[in-house]
Amino acid sequence: MENKIEIKDLKLSFGDKQILKGIDMNIPKNSVVALIGPSGCGKSTLLRAINRMHDLNPDAKITGDILLDGENIMASNQDVTAIRRKIGMVFQRPNPFPKSIFNNIAYGLKINGLDKKTDVKFSVQEALSDCYLWDELKDSLNRSALELSGGQQQRLCIARAIAISPDVILMDEPCSALDPISTAKIEELIMRLKKDYTIVIVTHNMQQAIRTADYTGFMYLGELIEFGETNQIFENPQQELTQRYVEGNFG
Amino acid sequence: MSIANKKITAFLGLQSLVLCTLIVLAFIFMVLFDIFYKGIGVLSWDFIFNIPRKGMTEGGIYPALAGTVMVTIITAVFSIPVGVAAAVYLNEYAKENMLTKILRASIRNLAGVPSIIYGLFGVALFVEALHLGSSVVSSGLTLGLMTLPYIITSTEEALRSVPHSHREGALALGATKWEAIKTIVLPSAIPGITTGSILGLSRAAGETAPILFTGVTFYLRFPPDTLNSEFMALPYHLYILATQHHAIEQVRPLAYGTALVLLLLIIILNIIAFIIRKKYTKELVK
Repeated sequence: MENKIEIKDLKLSFGDKQILKGIDMNIPKNSVVALIGPSGCGKSTLLRAINRMHDLNPDAKITGDILLDGENIMASNQDVTAIRRKIGMVFQRPNPFPKSIFNNIAYGLKINGLDKKTDVKFSVQEALSDCYLWDELKDSLNRSALELSGGQQQRLCIARAIAISPDVILMDEPCSALDPISTAKIEELIMRLKKDYTIVIVTHNMQQAIRTADYTGFMYLGELIEFGETNQIFENPQQELTQRYVEGNFG
Repeated sequence: MSIANKKITAFLGLQSLVLCTLIVLAFIFMVLFDIFYKGIGVLSWDFIFNIPRKGMTEGGIYPALAGTVMVTIITAVFSIPVGVAAAVYLNEYAKENMLTKILRASIRNLAGVPSIIYGLFGVALFVEALHLGSSVVSSGLTLGLMTLPYIITSTEEALRSVPHSHREGALALGATKWEAIKTIVLPSAIPGITTGSILGLSRAAGETAPILFTGVTFYLRFPPDTLNSEFMALPYHLYILATQHHAIEQVRPLAYGTALVLLLLIIILNIIAFIIRKKYTKELVK
């Protein structure tokens, strides 16, 4: 299996506080990888390291390598905007821009200069269709994205991410603010998108990890305790900590 | 406290709030009514578009009106871009440390500096040091300096109210920090920026002290034709008519008319702000 992302000895601290204590992890291409673990274990921090969102925080100190298709994206000569264009992100709370539905999707195309090379209208339609939004929204593309329901907003944010055809999509607890029906739609979407993308999803919901992920990593106190196929992690964990966590007997 | 007592306290509390609000409104309406009532009589196209004649006892206020409009435009052209840029730097780029805290506190304090101090500073800097002379541009820049703290403070406030998640959303799509600010943050902040700018400009348009030594003049028969000309302005004209004229009683209606025009000018400015705010809020939310 070809690895899309390889994380090598990644350490991260905010000020004096070490959050990630040397993570090694391989993310296979066209798979869904779930990161689970108790609050504060560093799973969201790890996720945000992959598209270098910590660059914004002057207190964050990072060492180690993250290879995307073999290329080290932590290297100082890498253009961070080019990395983020290849590694999209969906956040915990839906964060559509205060613009129309159409312009939310077109935004990424414009900002990356893709609007000159592609047919923006077609790309918008394609992205919305991929996220099961086209039929619902095709007649209201000029409405504000803020008028949509939470579930629609989150699917719009996924559509916005895939409109610029990234390689990888990072999802930070994408369903934590959504109701069960919207959650089911997002999960269905994740399953479909892995055909074209590599997806890393942080989740608190173990059932969600079982339903969607091919591989699961269990993190605890800044360390990756165990990583393997989802079935193995949940049915036959090798580490005692993992077993206690997936059985719900934690603490 | 018994329930009956609680209800009485609540009733009295509410009534005293209403009373205070009514007192404020009463004063505002008295001032507005007085100016409208006494000023409306002289208001005509002739009054607005004619020059003062016969030692300012007759004629209109055109040069003063045009002067005020012109100096306010110069103020806006200088202070809005500089103020917004400074606020963007402070809020989006500057590190949160002691220096930025001191800087921010200083800017807030500048809003409280008496306007006559700005006037004297304007003489020293624009009129003398930069050799701009006693002119409409010197006055406009002086008023601009006075308006800057308002614009910077309200712009920072507006920028701060844009959710962090919008910035992250843009960055995650490959936008640079500047692109995120330009395309997502600033458009969301426009209603707040407009409100602050217009409040600042309204105050500037009605100021006398900062323009007193920097460019305003007692009497002209024409509006300023270049940036280096001296000019008449409504607030100064009003001051002359109300206190310095040789026939104060005779020109009293003209003084009220001038006050009314100044007031209308500021109301128009605020209507413009209202429209811009409405338009952008609608675009953002709808």
